[in-house]
Amino acid sequence: MVTGIGVVAPGGFGREAFWERITSGRTATRRITFFDPEGFRCQVAAECDFDPRAAGLTPQEIRRMDRAAQLAVVASREALADAGSPELRPERTAVSVGNAVGCTMGLEREYTVVSDGGRKWVVDHEYAVPELYDYFAPSSLGREVAWDCAAEGPVAVVSSGCTSGIDALGYAVGLLEEGAADVVVAGATDAPLSPITVACFDAIKATSTLNDRPEEACRPFDADRKGLVLGEGSAMFVLETLASARRRGARVYCSIPGYATRANGFHMTGLKPDGREMAEAIRIALDRAKISPDRVDYVNAHGSGTKQNDRHETAAVKRALGPRAHEVPMSSIKSMVGHSLGAIGAIEAAACALAIDRNVVPPTANLHTKDPECDLDYVPLTAREHRTDVALSVGSGFGGFQSAVLFAGVA
Amino acid sequence: MPEFTAEDLRVVIRGTVGVDDSVDLDGDIVDVPFGELGYDSLAVLEIANKIQKEFGVAIPDDLIVELETPRKLIGFVNQEGAVAS
Amino acid sequence: MSAVVTGLGVVAPNGMGAEQYWSAVCDGKSGIDRIRRFDCTGYPVTLAGELASFDAAEHVPGRLRPETSMMSHIAFAAAELALADARLDPADLPEYERGVITANATGGVEFGQRELQNLWSQGPSHVSAYMSIAWFFAATTGQLSIRHKLRGHCGVVLSEQAGGLDALGQARRALRADHRMIMAGGTESALSPAGVVAQIPTRNLSTRAEPSRAYLPFDADANGYVGGEGGALLVVEDADSARERGAPTIYGEIAGYAATFDPRPGTGRPPGLQRAMRQALADAQADPRDVDVVFADAYGVPELDLVEAEAISAVFGPYGVPVTAPKTMTGRIYAGAGALDVAAALLSIRDGLIPPTVNVTRLAAGCSIDLVREGPRPSQVRTALVLARGHGGFNSALVVRAA
Repeated sequence: MVTGIGVVAPGGFGREAFWERITSGRTATRRITFFDPEGFRCQVAAECDFDPRAAGLTPQEIRRMDRAAQLAVVASREALADAGSPELRPERTAVSVGNAVGCTMGLEREYTVVSDGGRKWVVDHEYAVPELYDYFAPSSLGREVAWDCAAEGPVAVVSSGCTSGIDALGYAVGLLEEGAADVVVAGATDAPLSPITVACFDAIKATSTLNDRPEEACRPFDADRKGLVLGEGSAMFVLETLASARRRGARVYCSIPGYATRANGFHMTGLKPDGREMAEAIRIALDRAKISPDRVDYVNAHGSGTKQNDRHETAAVKRALGPRAHEVPMSSIKSMVGHSLGAIGAIEAAACALAIDRNVVPPTANLHTKDPECDLDYVPLTAREHRTDVALSVGSGFGGFQSAVLFAGVA
Repeated sequence: MPEFTAEDLRVVIRGTVGVDDSVDLDGDIVDVPFGELGYDSLAVLEIANKIQKEFGVAIPDDLIVELETPRKLIGFVNQEGAVAS
Repeated sequence: MSAVVTGLGVVAPNGMGAEQYWSAVCDGKSGIDRIRRFDCTGYPVTLAGELASFDAAEHVPGRLRPETSMMSHIAFAAAELALADARLDPADLPEYERGVITANATGGVEFGQRELQNLWSQGPSHVSAYMSIAWFFAATTGQLSIRHKLRGHCGVVLSEQAGGLDALGQARRALRADHRMIMAGGTESALSPAGVVAQIPTRNLSTRAEPSRAYLPFDADANGYVGGEGGALLVVEDADSARERGAPTIYGEIAGYAATFDPRPGTGRPPGLQRAMRQALADAQADPRDVDVVFADAYGVPELDLVEAEAISAVFGPYGVPVTAPKTMTGRIYAGAGALDVAAALLSIRDGLIPPTVNVTRLAAGCSIDLVREGPRPSQVRTALVLARGHGGFNSALVVRAA
């Protein structure tokens, strides 16, 4: 059961600002301000206007934590407050944090110091800060969340690339089902907007080159799409067993009745056009949830804004949902908040939970001319009032991983 | 720019993306599609990046997929190189 | 349903392959030596368990080497060894019932450092297209999935040194859900200058130069750990499925598993390791008296050794169970350590031998444990408890039992 939601995403701070942003159809993508992007192929990203001090972190926390940890801790606090600040028993509280690329910003910043601007291969240990190992080993993200909510049950960072956010929720549900915890503070975070990440995506030419029109740079399912736009952020949830939620009379957003992940075993970055493995993940998730395809009311797409992806997932959703695929609205919020790698699966989960809560589905921004190969209802430009009891979210990532998760309203 | 030869391409390939154990790179490969030589899209990107750095010839993104054999790639590099110099 | 191990793929500083590694640890042969991968002259840390004779060209196809980092090279080798040992061609199993779950602590560090250097010394266009798939933490799972057509559950779990056991715990969960086989474990190589330097400020690394006096867990002279590279991948199968296909060896069953987290320092609450041990035993429906050996996490840092020794004594009584740490011969291999220790535990079950903990001469005050130092110690082993702790407070415990 989802009983609390916290979000830090581009375009607005907190859960309500996030919902306002993604239902407004306005994008939060802009020219990169974190560093001078001159000389990079892609110069746009979806950055969070996040002030850690205003968000309640102490000076020591700010010094110690990489930005990815700061975002996760702040989102966790919002989720716990939203859940009514439950009394957590440390031994029965677990943490599951999805993350794809670790503490990139802290790592790169400190790398430039110990290497003296990339001059030294044998880097200078005397300039190593105490937090350096935390930046190299992203398990530190799990530790920060665990410390902050005093969790002493199982704690893990799930790092399966761009499906991490979905997989971290799947991991958390597994812990609840096994009885390893009563409450899991679960979600994902990534703060990858550092030169190395932008250069990485430049090198494989996956990012959008619409540098002169940043707000239009990410256009999933549009015939004029130019690639993905990187983002950052975190969404964290309070997940608990039905018994635990009932015991304390908690307000329940929805349940997570089904999850699965499969891999194409094909290529690290390439996708098979038939969408078979994503379809298989959806099918198993539905099967586990005992929900038939015709009960799915909304599909939150991976929708990264690359031609390959758009066609792949259109095929996958058709394969898995059959005729229902043509009836159900399917949108990509990456068009507005960018692709925050490991975090986005959790941010999209927040969109699904809120869609169920409010019976509104967010749109796909920048979708003016549909790719003729993509013939589903992608909710172009404006949000839609739409009765939503069951939402499906899918993700696709490097390594060939395909994940699917379901959210269902609780009567 | 001096001519970009098949031998230059072999050196670039060996130095960047390696060689599939079942492929004889020194054999007659100029008309064998990169895919059949074991080079996927990422590998061809990596080869193109290296050519740009070492030989100063940039290969536009949308052309990379069309230059599907070593002969086509070598031809393009020489054509562009001649224009540049 | 039970999860059994049918194939061992080991890559360790003191032995390539399970048998070579096993005979090395039983003989007390260490792979810890001065770092040769780079010039460590100016560093306070000069020792590591390097894979000195590992040649990637022997284990990794020519096309895959340039696009992967050392942690994945090790994994390619370990996966091949594990599948050969299990005599398993994954293609013989249903397509979506075979998966892979790996752990690592720090990703493809040396690849990442090289590309960071290219970026900062030469500019963004000098970053390799392979940086996007080599450095990140899911690189190994993705590459193994592709190479061996493992299309079922593919996962990656990070909990520093506890990760290897957590990957095996997650593998068991996937087998219970709907899988026949999971390749699971961890590999690690943080042996680039940045990877080593990152750990120096933790003050947990030994700064001694003499290999036999550096990594001394539970010793009165303990002074930190020595890092290593390598790891293990295990073929874990549903027991019925393994028998059905006629798996040649069933090394043992993953009978119990649990993970906990330490309280934040300063809260005065007790550390979580003992709780993880008790929960794993309960999960295995085992009594402490059933356990024949404990493979310790063996941090080598005095206060952390004491925490572990006290937890073991609390569960088993003082000197109540043989305890050993063959990682004194490999160094701590981060997320590679858990599965490697599980492999050693399974070989202990097979051969009735407990490998020694080397170089430890005098137990530290408060470490009231029966640390196997002479060695190997002949002993019937049916049930073994393997412990792992990750930097920051991660605790995992896993019980293996003769099948």
